[in-house]
Amino acid sequence: MFLDLLISGLTLGGLYALVAMGLTLQCGVARIMNLSYGEFLIASAFLAYLLTSKLQINPVAALLLIVPLGFVVSWLVYRVLMLPLVRRSKAGASLDVDSILATFGLLFVLQGMMLVSFGGNYVSYSFLSFPVHIAGTQVAANRLLVFVFAVVLGGTTYLLMKNTRTGTAVRAVAAAPNFAPLVGINVLMISTLAFALGGAMVSASGVLISMFLPFSATMGVLFTMKALVIVIMGGVGNLKGCLVAGLLLGFTEATVARLVDPGLTIAANYALFLLVLLFLPNGLYGKAAR
Amino acid sequence: MKRNELAGGIFVTLLFAVILATPFAGGSSYHLSIGISLLQYAVMATAWALFSGPTRYVSLATGSFFGIGAYTVAVLGDFLPWPAVLCVALLIGLALALLVGLATLRLSGVYFVIFSFGLSEMIRQLVSWYEVNITKTSARYIFLDITQQQIYWQLAALLALVLAVGWWIGRSRLGTALRLIGEDEVVAAHVGIDTTRVKLALFAISSAFMSVTGAIMAPRWTYIDPSIAFNANISFQVLIMALFGGASRLFGPIAGVIPLVLMIEYLSTNFPNHFSILIGAIFMIIVYFIPDGILGTISARRPRASQPPLAAKAPRTGAAS
Amino acid sequence: MIDSQQTEGSQNMSRRFIRAVAAGAIATLAAFAATAEEAPEKVRIGYAISKTGPNAGGAAASSTPNYELWAKEINAEGGLMLSAYGKRVPVEIVEYDDRSSSEEAVKAVERLITQDEVDLVLAPWGTGMNLAVAPILHKNGYPHLAFNTLTDRAPELIERWPGIFFFEGTSTIIAGATLDMLAQQRDAGKIGNKIAMIAIADALGIELSAAYREMAAEKGFELVYDAAYPAGTQDFTPILTEISSKSPDVFIANSYPPDTLTMTEQARVMSFNPAVYLTGIGTAMPMFPGQFGENVDGVMGIGGSDVASPALQDYFKRHQDSAGYPADRFASQLTYAGLEILQQAIENVGKIDRAAITEELKTGTFRTVLGEVSLASQMLETLFYVGQWQDGEFYGVGPSSLPGARAPVVPKPAWKN
Repeated sequence: MFLDLLISGLTLGGLYALVAMGLTLQCGVARIMNLSYGEFLIASAFLAYLLTSKLQINPVAALLLIVPLGFVVSWLVYRVLMLPLVRRSKAGASLDVDSILATFGLLFVLQGMMLVSFGGNYVSYSFLSFPVHIAGTQVAANRLLVFVFAVVLGGTTYLLMKNTRTGTAVRAVAAAPNFAPLVGINVLMISTLAFALGGAMVSASGVLISMFLPFSATMGVLFTMKALVIVIMGGVGNLKGCLVAGLLLGFTEATVARLVDPGLTIAANYALFLLVLLFLPNGLYGKAAR
Repeated sequence: MKRNELAGGIFVTLLFAVILATPFAGGSSYHLSIGISLLQYAVMATAWALFSGPTRYVSLATGSFFGIGAYTVAVLGDFLPWPAVLCVALLIGLALALLVGLATLRLSGVYFVIFSFGLSEMIRQLVSWYEVNITKTSARYIFLDITQQQIYWQLAALLALVLAVGWWIGRSRLGTALRLIGEDEVVAAHVGIDTTRVKLALFAISSAFMSVTGAIMAPRWTYIDPSIAFNANISFQVLIMALFGGASRLFGPIAGVIPLVLMIEYLSTNFPNHFSILIGAIFMIIVYFIPDGILGTISARRPRASQPPLAAKAPRTGAAS
Repeated sequence: MIDSQQTEGSQNMSRRFIRAVAAGAIATLAAFAATAEEAPEKVRIGYAISKTGPNAGGAAASSTPNYELWAKEINAEGGLMLSAYGKRVPVEIVEYDDRSSSEEAVKAVERLITQDEVDLVLAPWGTGMNLAVAPILHKNGYPHLAFNTLTDRAPELIERWPGIFFFEGTSTIIAGATLDMLAQQRDAGKIGNKIAMIAIADALGIELSAAYREMAAEKGFELVYDAAYPAGTQDFTPILTEISSKSPDVFIANSYPPDTLTMTEQARVMSFNPAVYLTGIGTAMPMFPGQFGENVDGVMGIGGSDVASPALQDYFKRHQDSAGYPADRFASQLTYAGLEILQQAIENVGKIDRAAITEELKTGTFRTVLGEVSLASQMLETLFYVGQWQDGEFYGVGPSSLPGARAPVVPKPAWKN
């Protein structure tokens, strides 16, 4: 049974971590609390669905199209919509609140566009849904792919951040945005890059998730909330924290569902979130530790 | 100061003249509904600004307190006389606010915002679980014979009360302490102000008003379950209305509520299929072009929208104090 | 003398005759004038429906396409036949989005009644929305056909709001019918008596679970697993694994979309295949067979149809043509039947007289896609509460006494991976 729980926890945790990774970049580096994050996920899911059902392009191949698209669109969103706010706040503290409000408006606009295009109906399709036998249990291949992706993407990004100049610049901007320019870092460029990268990541997660979860135009908020909890819990801007927090929540949910009461799973997640914050107000890997 | 006070006094007199006259102006129940909407948001936005205005902690917990008030009516409505139910709603709001405040007011800015955002969801899960496992009820039915007019008058009275409380706080030592905290929390602490107590007190008062509002509105829906009572959208709408009007002044939020509620109603009626897009666009326009709120833009004194980067002022974020 | 008398008499008679003719002519003209004035230009029918928010999926599946189809077809014939005026009057729809919020639904219905002055109001989607607007419809004397509403308190609500009608039975009735069907299978030796049950921690799920819980023991069943999961659960593997270990004969999920789909997908992947696999709302919706293809066969759920009925098949085709997607096999046909009932009630009364229409709804018998039905108890009683996918169609299996009922296929065939 412990193995069952482990696998369950890993797959669910991987899902959570993958969903949250893009947001931690957007919040931690670009300093944009992007409340419309979930809408990008759902939009990518719809795109994947369209490509699969109308053009018979399989979702994994669709990734090659949708992820760069997510990158470009997010780049534009930052440049056109977020930059004025950044400039206005002079990189001060009001950016956080302004970005929350602006992206909240954006959330409604994007959701409205999807509603007009697709209606309020649920949409679902199945891909890679055969079982994979691991350690005596069966896992759906598409959910396993999500976990693998989370680890690979998170790991790669983490390594890039640690070992490349751009990566170091990104970390510098996340840690001390006011001092970064002093060492010659173009904060705006780095922020744009981070925001766009976050957009690419959320597009990837949208495509992958659409392979096994039914979705509708109004489900974005659900994902945004989950991602926010994980981002805050892991420490804003910290990818490792994201992964750890995601896995922790996945395990909690699986364990509580099996051993305690399925009705308390989400409450347990929030309780864990609160507990972490009570003792570590900056999250698991807060700004202090990197 | 005097001119402002006079202006404020005239505004409040006019406002209540309109409020008192409306039900007799010969409109329909729909018009009264709009009046109820306006009053509901006016109370909540003013209450929100009581806390979030001076302390600059942006709270998205409005929906949680509104919901807990509504749920109180759902549970106790059949057992207690109405005034007692309202009192219980108020006390529960206070208690919840103290609990939440103690836990979260130590969080720095953005963490507080996000936590308050998730609070609604968390409470919904807990109430759901409680109802499923302990009380074993599926949903609650409110069959109280409270007319629309009665709801309207209760909200009007509540608005008068919240404005009175806000005015009184502004003139009291509590208000001075608050303003100091808003300006510079470190200095305030050094001057001997118990910042936690002050913030808690304000948070509790603000939340109590929201709970009572929820309680008053609940009989309108007949059927309440956790997903109906706890709605995060309310939190955002209240926030945007307060900011639009100007959260740093007592009457600011009302100035934001009136145009926005009417606009939302207009859009709902005439563009049912494009409401989301239009309301989102309006929110964004407000954020981009009217960031200081109406009153802020009009008044010569600009509230502190632009900060020197390292100041501990403005919405709390960054280094915790 | 006689001459003048005779003349007077005949003059009198002439006068009377002329007067009579004149009076008759004036009366006829007046009647014509009156009728021509009174016939309304349009019959305005309004509704507030969830186009956005969490209820949007349900509304799009069961309510909106039926409302639109109904209005379209009426107007294609020229309108509602109002015999009081001797002519057909077209229908005009006024619709609002209630944004899945009770408060908005309340306001929208008030707007419809007092500002738009609609003649009739159609139901919003979902129990919460319907109960929110019920008092207003009642207060203003509008009949309330509460489609897509399921509550055990229906009998009490009928007493409180005499103009309300329910179309899905109650949770107790549904659970009872399902348990009866299961009892038949058990008594025939096809399944044991162990039931594992989960429910979404939401009003409907909890009510259904409570109903099952209350009746399971007396019908000879044992609940080996009984839990609720929070809305928004995205992974059911832990729950299903736990249930699997108890080897139940019957799995019942009182669920909503998207959970209905998510859990079935996971059940399939882990080959969780009890003899009876029954899920909740969403099982009968077109996206269910859309996702699972051949794997739907054997899955049971709430609802069901007399598939062979030509009227029903014709309705399915018209729905597909009009909306672009299939009708759901539980609530859609109930909604449409209700609309047919409403139309016939209006036409039987002959004009827009809401009190008379409500009375007609209670006393009349109506021809619908479900056959001939009446709403004498203010609840639709001829419907399947349990259905099963067989050969790609959702047949009604319980109550077995209804026309078109098929024998359930038990045990459920294995999932094809």
